Amino acid sequence: MAEASKGWDRNQMAARAAQELEDGMYVNLGIGIPTLVANYVGDKDITLQSENGMLGMGPFPFEGEEDPDLINAGKQTITELSRTSYFDSATSFGMIRGGKIAAAILGAMEVAENGDLANWMIPGKLVKGMGGAMDLVAGVGRVIVVMDHTNKAGESKVLRECTLPLTGKGVVDRIITNLGVLDVVPGGLKIVECAEGVTEEELRAATEATIVS
Amino acid sequence: MTGSKKVYATADAALEGLLHDGMLIAAGGFGLCGIPELLIDALVRSGVKDLTIASNNCGVDGFGLGKLLDTRQIRKMISSYVGENAEFMRQYLSGELELEFNPQGTLAERMRAGGCGIPGFYTKTGVGTVIAEGKEVKTFDGQDYILERAIVADLSIVKAWKADDTGNLVFRKTARNFNPPAAMCGRVCVAEVEEIVPRGSLDPDMIHLPGIYVHRIVQGPHEKRIEQRTTRKKETA
Repeated sequence: MAEASKGWDRNQMAARAAQELEDGMYVNLGIGIPTLVANYVGDKDITLQSENGMLGMGPFPFEGEEDPDLINAGKQTITELSRTSYFDSATSFGMIRGGKIAAAILGAMEVAENGDLANWMIPGKLVKGMGGAMDLVAGVGRVIVVMDHTNKAGESKVLRECTLPLTGKGVVDRIITNLGVLDVVPGGLKIVECAEGVTEEELRAATEATIVS
Repeated sequence: MTGSKKVYATADAALEGLLHDGMLIAAGGFGLCGIPELLIDALVRSGVKDLTIASNNCGVDGFGLGKLLDTRQIRKMISSYVGENAEFMRQYLSGELELEFNPQGTLAERMRAGGCGIPGFYTKTGVGTVIAEGKEVKTFDGQDYILERAIVADLSIVKAWKADDTGNLVFRKTARNFNPPAAMCGRVCVAEVEEIVPRGSLDPDMIHLPGIYVHRIVQGPHEKRIEQRTTRKKETA
């Protein structure tokens, strides 16, 4: 139980993920912690894609200025920026599948050491659908997962093999958790850094996946 | 005005002669944004049943495509994301409603391809997942792709912002979403719009969907319901 609260909190994880973004990138942010990444891009020139058909996503509108024709992929009301463009869903996923989006930052239920990702379905529970997640992980330049290192029962979510149905096979490049940062490399995962107050031993102990040095 | 044969007075009139039980309908919209709400209401009134509907989502309880669930007119949905809708889940779990999940980009491309005379296409989306089961896999330049079939619908129902009387359409902001590909894949397409403007008043360089894809048009007031109202506070000076 204590494991999940050790190391970085949600905002610190988002801030760490924001360091992955470089000037000029077009980026898709998933729902949850990834959405918070937008708060930490600072002066970097980042264009956010919303896969329902928009590049240049702005912040939430002021009260009374909501527009039913302007929502993000989470169906929340948002605003446009001076750089914004709109397009249809086929064009939107054309740029995703075509590798034009530099990176996607997504949440996950499980990640495996070979880069397999599961984040859309728990068999036996209500299944709502994959939305655009399968297209994103198959198509974008770099897939960065941001999630808690362990589940509520304290079990590792960074596994040798995923147990849940996959969203994509061998698609994850980097994993950012409350305990640290890991890269998917040949043979397993490589520790890039440990979160503040977390030792390498603690990170290894909380990780089921093979860690290569 | 000449050439206004595409304009119909009501959504019911615009659907007349186009409906039959068991048909496949492609619908535009994302969530409740840009959905053809007038034509959905007209489908409810028509009583047409056993429908298969290709639409990214299935509305919410009591609004959008959710209305056609309440009346049990839908037999099967082809969607990427559902479950904003308790009645959907009830019918699905009890086996009354069939559901085919498509990744969102695959669904959009299936519609686009259907309108473009492309019967199928290879995509890397879903390779190695349950989506790939039973589908042909082909390797191009060392990468695996799966074959997805196009969708050609008996009828498309879409919503646009403005149309001229020849069916040229202009959409507004993210309400465009699935509407152009859904319109393209129908043997017949009916578009509902907020305003029909005189011919020549839309800039030909700014048409989002040419009228060749649009066979019937109806104008009407739209509720345009917001699903998730999110705002920020104005900072005090």
